[in-house]
Amino acid sequence: MEPGWADFPGAYFHEFFAMTEQRASYTLDSTLETVDSAEQAACRFAAEAGFGEDEVMQISMAVREAAVNAVLHGNAYDPGKKVKLDFETTGHDLVITIRDQGKGMDPARIPDPLAPENLLKTSGRGIFLIRSFMDEVQINPSQTGTEIKLVKHVPGTSGAGKEASQ
Amino acid sequence: MSMKTSTRQVDGVAIVDCSGRITLGEGSVILRDTVRELLSKGQKKILLNLGDVTYIDSSGIGELVSAFTTVRNQGGELKLLNLTKKVHDLLQITKLYTVFDVKDDEAGAVKAFN
Repeated sequence: MEPGWADFPGAYFHEFFAMTEQRASYTLDSTLETVDSAEQAACRFAAEAGFGEDEVMQISMAVREAAVNAVLHGNAYDPGKKVKLDFETTGHDLVITIRDQGKGMDPARIPDPLAPENLLKTSGRGIFLIRSFMDEVQINPSQTGTEIKLVKHVPGTSGAGKEASQ
Repeated sequence: MSMKTSTRQVDGVAIVDCSGRITLGEGSVILRDTVRELLSKGQKKILLNLGDVTYIDSSGIGELVSAFTTVRNQGGELKLLNLTKKVHDLLQITKLYTVFDVKDDEAGAVKAFN
């Protein structure tokens, strides 16, 4: 296992490198350590993909929030359930996919955290932050879990400069 | 870097110097416990100095909101001091910047407490 990934207890790890693409796949326990490790992995991939400091922070925070959702709300800390984390850097995009094994989250049921009646709520901002920081966000719930796909266009490529999805 | 707090008193105001990460887990718990302890001692004028906070996630934002409402519900005031650009931007996009009373000058912030 690559140095630096010792923090993933029991993680299954696969990584593939090519001239223009990088991929990595992790299968992680439903723990708070997974959240921190996912954030750190996102930092590394984003930096290697050529993103600047602010975008690296945005990407890593989006991944952290998605990992929090997977561990807490999806798998509910169930030691029998795993979080699958995939990174893929193509020529134009950094694509990150996080899957849990929970009951499936319905994104339509998430209240708008910017609504005046919700501003002082102490939770419910994770998906909003993810959508704010990434260029594309797809949430695919099913009865066997939720998959969230995050895309950030790599700077200096034809995919960069598009409007962020809301 | 984990979250750390250090509290000092200036003209009847408890200034909590925070450093590190306010995130889900330890960071949020430390902030919560610090504010609760001050309230339990009757300290209701609280200034959170976030100048050395390097990172905050949605859980940390929620903890700031919780601290703000908890203090206010007990008849006190909680203000924020020295936001970093990252924290400032997060409070802007979540529309919380205008909810909190944000200061960038400690002496002025202390005077602003009623």
